[in-house]
Amino acid sequence: MRRARGPDDFLILIPAFNEQAAIAGVLQEIDRVLPDAPVLVVDDCSQDSTYDVARAAGADVMRLPAHLGLGGCVQAGYKLAFELGYGYVIRVDGDGQHNPRDIPRVLAALKETGYEMIIGSRFCNGASGHTSPARGIGIRLFRLVLRPILGKAVYDPTSGFVGVNREALGVFTRSFPLEYPEIETLVVLQRKKFRFEEIPCQMRPRQGGRSTITASKSFYYIIHVLLGVFVNVLKFEGKRKH
Amino acid sequence: MDRLLNVMTVLSAALMLTILFAVRRSHIRVEYSVSWLTATFVLLVLSRSRPLLGWVTNLLGVGDSPLTLIMVVFAVFLVVFYRFSMIISNLKDANIALTQRLAIVEFQLQNGHERH
Repeated sequence: MRRARGPDDFLILIPAFNEQAAIAGVLQEIDRVLPDAPVLVVDDCSQDSTYDVARAAGADVMRLPAHLGLGGCVQAGYKLAFELGYGYVIRVDGDGQHNPRDIPRVLAALKETGYEMIIGSRFCNGASGHTSPARGIGIRLFRLVLRPILGKAVYDPTSGFVGVNREALGVFTRSFPLEYPEIETLVVLQRKKFRFEEIPCQMRPRQGGRSTITASKSFYYIIHVLLGVFVNVLKFEGKRKH
Repeated sequence: MDRLLNVMTVLSAALMLTILFAVRRSHIRVEYSVSWLTATFVLLVLSRSRPLLGWVTNLLGVGDSPLTLIMVVFAVFLVVFYRFSMIISNLKDANIALTQRLAIVEFQLQNGHERH
């Protein structure tokens, strides 16, 4: 994998855990849309052949020697991207839910707005999006909780389709929520007086594999995330930058 | 009352000896044995000293000495668990950082990167 060619260079980051069924398709799609873009797959010590499939598809794959969970996996990718000098990182899920055709729009929004984070949102502008009923209820709950904390509405707080710039990357290499990062990340950004924006993106059903948040884990997920949010609020350091 | 205090004495002494043997065999590191040894020492002293137990009972405003002992046991172990939760959290953070660093170094070695 090459170092960044300049401060505007970007990296596509794909955290993956047991995604052998979908990862090759995701990489091929990205290659069709952005043929020269550097892509890094971070394999979170998968038990299946995710690593081999991704390597065979031509991707650079960094394999974690132990399973860290989504946050630890993403943070490892952020750390490497930061060390290689990348100015922007676009995170895409390895299950094929995110359409690579939206990556250039996320990148353009990062550069044009100067915001530290851009979220690809399935619910932006009143869109209904694709999600399960249980997850839909969770998203509504998190919207309600986050609205007063962030001082603005966030429509898709659980979206894993996220672009960050180098400032956010620097923060996330030092401090990043480790289990279910998406929602807590917003509060971390708020604490650092960073800004984010959502742009509408297409979300599709996962192309293979299973979600790590099973029905039995949903309750734990909600409690864990809410606790993480409130812990981060207690660390609040100042007002948001306007 | 006497039976309860005797049982507590035996349990405290047994736990203290277990911890000491574990330290001797390097099953528990010395720094992590301090919390346990302090806790067992407090329980041992309270269970053998009626005047001290009475003083703590009055101090807490509890009408019953056995209840005081149970409260002290509970409080002592809460403190021990709190300390161990902090230690485990620190260890987990260190493990995650090491795992990530190892993965990055391995990846860069495989890819022939020159690090500056």
